[in-house]
Amino acid sequence: MENKLVISSSPHLRAPESVQSVMVDVLVALFPAALAGVIFFGWRGLLTMLLGMLSAMLVEAVVLRRKSIFGDGSAAVTGLLLAMTLPPAPPWWLPVIGGAIAIIIGKQVFGGLGNNIFNPALVARAILMASWAGHMTTWLRPIDLATAATPLATGANGTSFINLFVGTVSGSLGETSAFALLLGAAWLFFKGHIDWRIPGGYLGTVFLIGTFFGATGSLNFMPSTGLFHLLAGGVMLGALFMATDMVTSPVTPRGRLIFGIGCGVVTMLIRLFGAYPEGVTFAILLMNALTPLLDNLTLPRKFGEVAKQ
Amino acid sequence: MNHMNFKTFRGGIHPGHFKSATEKKPVVPARPPAMVIIPMGQHIGAPCEPLVAVGEEVKMGQKIGDSQGFVSAPVHASVSGKVAKIAPCNHPLGRPVKAVYIESDGQDTWHEDVQPNPGWEELSVEELKKVIREAGIVGMGGATFPTHVKLSPPPGAKIDYVLINGAECEPYLTSDHRAMLERADEIANGLKIIMKVLHAPQGYIGVEDNKPDAVEALKKAAAGMSNVEVHALHTKYPQGAEKQLIKVFTGREVPSGGLPSAVGCVVQNVGTCIAVYEAVRFGKPLIERIVTITGAGISEPQNMLVRVGTPMEEVIAQCGGLRPNIRKVVLGGPMMGLAQAGLENFPVIKGTSGILCLTDQEVVLHDIQPCIKCGKCVDGCPVSIMPLFIGSAVEQGLYDRAEASSAMDCIECGCCAYVCPAKRPLVQWIRMSKGDIAAKRAKK
Repeated sequence: MENKLVISSSPHLRAPESVQSVMVDVLVALFPAALAGVIFFGWRGLLTMLLGMLSAMLVEAVVLRRKSIFGDGSAAVTGLLLAMTLPPAPPWWLPVIGGAIAIIIGKQVFGGLGNNIFNPALVARAILMASWAGHMTTWLRPIDLATAATPLATGANGTSFINLFVGTVSGSLGETSAFALLLGAAWLFFKGHIDWRIPGGYLGTVFLIGTFFGATGSLNFMPSTGLFHLLAGGVMLGALFMATDMVTSPVTPRGRLIFGIGCGVVTMLIRLFGAYPEGVTFAILLMNALTPLLDNLTLPRKFGEVAKQ
Repeated sequence: MNHMNFKTFRGGIHPGHFKSATEKKPVVPARPPAMVIIPMGQHIGAPCEPLVAVGEEVKMGQKIGDSQGFVSAPVHASVSGKVAKIAPCNHPLGRPVKAVYIESDGQDTWHEDVQPNPGWEELSVEELKKVIREAGIVGMGGATFPTHVKLSPPPGAKIDYVLINGAECEPYLTSDHRAMLERADEIANGLKIIMKVLHAPQGYIGVEDNKPDAVEALKKAAAGMSNVEVHALHTKYPQGAEKQLIKVFTGREVPSGGLPSAVGCVVQNVGTCIAVYEAVRFGKPLIERIVTITGAGISEPQNMLVRVGTPMEEVIAQCGGLRPNIRKVVLGGPMMGLAQAGLENFPVIKGTSGILCLTDQEVVLHDIQPCIKCGKCVDGCPVSIMPLFIGSAVEQGLYDRAEASSAMDCIECGCCAYVCPAKRPLVQWIRMSKGDIAAKRAKK
């Protein structure tokens, strides 16, 4: 008996959660929005998501010389998130290249899981955007799949809030259905993987800026444009699933709130005054760069800390 | 339940309780062993030197080791008999300590110094302190800090509150729970003595609300004491941590690096109260304690009243022995207890609150994965430091950075490592840095 006792440091109890179980929870949370994408955009949507995930997982397995394709699950999450930000029916190689870029340039060059500064899926999206702008902006209407501009491009007046909420509007594969995204995020809340601060700060800021400046760009008061900016485009997907990426967002409570508000401000600046109709990608990437700084500036007051004289 | 709206503390976790195996089992006295092993160091502070020689006859309750150091506590024979040898024995902290081995004569003859004191309520503060010191009483929650030192706050410090910790927030352990149910009057009287020594106007007893029967028993016991209140506290680990308990009851925060007396508080464990009462009332030194022997790796989990110095193997045998799939033996609770390499030549000491026997079902060896910065350790930390940053600093050997990140404020409760999905040994790393930082500070 004596020589097989395990000696290890306390604590001797561990929560059942693992990195892999967290990633599986995120995949589960993305399922409703992914399903909505398939329902609205058909088999091309499904193919895009599968290719994005497979590409990311395979590239990571090769880079890490790992036998398991799924591994800790983080590559699958990255690949799926990337695919959900793509147009519904891009050429097959777009998600494949995107998945590889996300893993190699977005993640592994920084040292792999946990060490990347920027959200890998958004890094890949930004590079795809810069390289194949045409393919990246070919939008389809749901169901009949006719080419159509996104609500953000056409403006606040053309689209009903019901359609925006359900997701029957043109847009990226996984971003259109606010309902499905909220449903998935509720799962992450329930599991304790995200708290209210980042999504709350982000969505709240978008709503407020949209309400006061959304209509004309100068001070105004129109809650309906605030709601429009909340539901249209990639804000929901970004605020609930991209900005909340654990690795690239702050760990301190106050840091998270400031991070969320910052994402909202930059998103709205780009939407209202920038050259692009949508600003979620660059807003989150910009705030990712500030994450270490935010953490250091918002350290919680430690227990029993005495004010320096 | 009668909840007072006490402020809670920040952070903390909710692990499973795992108490059902023993919480309903009354404390049974363990059979006294044929040989006891009395280590000279069972407390924080200077170790004792033996006062007896090999071959000498000793009686139960006789002081057999003492030290000149103020921060120290004497040790006593827990059986009557003959000193067989003086040799090192194993100790939970890993380093062997000098111990007196006493062969029992089976008579349990009390030493003549052990005399009840019917006039105990008239004793002066100085007399009480002397009795408590001479009885070798230390913190029974597991920290084993000498009680008479805790009852001697620095001059000028005014103690407003004595807090009695009956939280027993460690999973698995039920020794305090049983003590509160079966010996509530002694706890109340012990508290009365401690309050008298400290001139403290107010006493509180805190119990986690998963033990409503203990709250009731203590309320009944303290009914006649106008300046003592018993409260049910939220069941959250580490509710029984000294600084957290003070925060919950008084709203005061012990300053970083400071002692509870700095905010007018002294915290004692319920077991310590019983020991204080027994010493003052009956002249009984600390020679036995309640131990929870539990976990899936033990055949018959129990709460036992065990003589200090009883070999662990003896106690284990009286609980039906270990199961074949035993994988880890922890002294204390699962959150802060110490895993042991073996149980040979290893006695129960004053701080042994539990013997936790875990099987290969519960002992999983995890691979350490990279930190994904989920922040769960930050949310769980009761002292609001950043375990992930300290852990990463230590992983890279950057102890200065660990110090700058307040590693020394860590209370080693284990919340961070418990919640970490990447299974990073955060407490172990922080503890490593604390050793390094303390050595560096000592050099200066």
